[in-house]
Amino acid sequence: MKMVSIASGTDLTALYRKLVGNYPKFFKMDTLSKLGFLLAEMLVADDSDRFTEREDRAVLIFSRRGCLANDLNYAKSMEDFPSPSLFVYTLPNTVAGEIAIRNKYQGETGAFLLEGYDRPQIDEIVHQVFQDRITRDAIVAWIDCPSETEWTAQAWIVSK
Amino acid sequence: MTKVFSIGTGLVTPLGSTVTSVLEAIREGRSKQYFSRNGFTGHSFFENIALEAAQKAISGIEITPKTGFILSTAKGNVEFIGREDISLALSARRIADALGVKTTPIVVSNACISGVAAMLQGMRMIRSGAFDKVIVVGAEVQSPFIETGFDCLKAISPEPCRPFDKDRQGLNLGEAAAAMVLCADEGPWEIVDGVIRNDANHISGPSRTGEGSFKCLRYVLESLAKEDRLSFVSVHGTATPYNDEMEAIALDRAGLSHVPVCALKGYFGHTMGAAGLVEVIVCMGAHDMGFIPASKGFGELGVSRPVNISAQERPASGNAIIKLLSGFGGVNGALLLRKGGSL
Repeated sequence: MKMVSIASGTDLTALYRKLVGNYPKFFKMDTLSKLGFLLAEMLVADDSDRFTEREDRAVLIFSRRGCLANDLNYAKSMEDFPSPSLFVYTLPNTVAGEIAIRNKYQGETGAFLLEGYDRPQIDEIVHQVFQDRITRDAIVAWIDCPSETEWTAQAWIVSK
Repeated sequence: MTKVFSIGTGLVTPLGSTVTSVLEAIREGRSKQYFSRNGFTGHSFFENIALEAAQKAISGIEITPKTGFILSTAKGNVEFIGREDISLALSARRIADALGVKTTPIVVSNACISGVAAMLQGMRMIRSGAFDKVIVVGAEVQSPFIETGFDCLKAISPEPCRPFDKDRQGLNLGEAAAAMVLCADEGPWEIVDGVIRNDANHISGPSRTGEGSFKCLRYVLESLAKEDRLSFVSVHGTATPYNDEMEAIALDRAGLSHVPVCALKGYFGHTMGAAGLVEVIVCMGAHDMGFIPASKGFGELGVSRPVNISAQERPASGNAIIKLLSGFGGVNGALLLRKGGSL
């Protein structure tokens, strides 16, 4: 199983320039979405049929805090002028949507929040998601951001 | 495949806190989106209503060591942001502990389809064989965090929302909690099938072709048996211009433009993480009493495809319901429900 990770504190802009470089929407994303987006790039860069629409791959995000780091940014913007571009990232499943948009994945996407990293529980949930009749594999990520500069971020692909 | 049934439900809404009283309010055409917090002295109103709904749903049902727990919410305790750790998993743990659940709780936070996603996850947990019951609770309360957010996206209607109407101006936000207990034995309603699909199009706007919702409808329709008759589709119907148009296209593409639909946001507002559970429970209850709820706020059709929607209550004549939802992040979800027993 291919497993990728991004070390806490990594310069994400530099990593984006190295891995992608031509997807300016990246700069609008919150840290959670940037991490998920880059993890997915690392996982699927060599896919032969990349960027063709597919319904058979799920994107499943697991986290403890979800998008709370960005929620704080939005809450601060409320004191002045509420920012729509921050508000749209105040949901933990948005990162799965970003990965789906980038890669044209029209399958299942979702976010599950757990009390902490629990690999057996994640594996159990992924296995349950595989009850979908079309899903054949899943990008699974554990991303947790206590702040915008520290995180744990790892992802892997599981086949049914 | 293991059949999964709803064996208990609970509602806590500003319109009423029993299925009967909420259905009565709907038949009288009343609407109310926000709770009064007068007299509430606890800490988290969100956790309080979630627990109350769950307690109603499990009334008379034994919690075993193999009973699972799922919390469905978009923003949980966000009103306390910056003041305490508002991680949703902490809320789930406190509610599950108060109920006496022994398994590890999980939170499904999938924007406005969270409720459908959570019931689907509960169905899958039962089918996996690892759980004998699953308590699914959906709850949402409102606060300036959410209100200013939808306001700055220009999604809020200045008037009571008007799903599918030509003069619709957006959504009303709402608060509610609802819970359902799933198990594999027998029950008045079967959760037959469910699905989630992404539009892969935009994080805060629906697909213009209704792609994800169409795929969801197509998927659950595969599980409609020959002898089944679809009574109605409970649409998302937020009353934003784009959502309702998208749903009309998806229904038409799925060959369902003739099937009655009902939109319930005119009664409750958009209760986000609670919406899927609230609307499913209301639809099951209405169907049991033989009617399709009127779509409050609807007047004249304002979408580009035909939709069989009505401002009047209609008789329900079938045995199955489809629940449809869509949300930010490009997500769409659908559930197929079948009335238990013979047709």
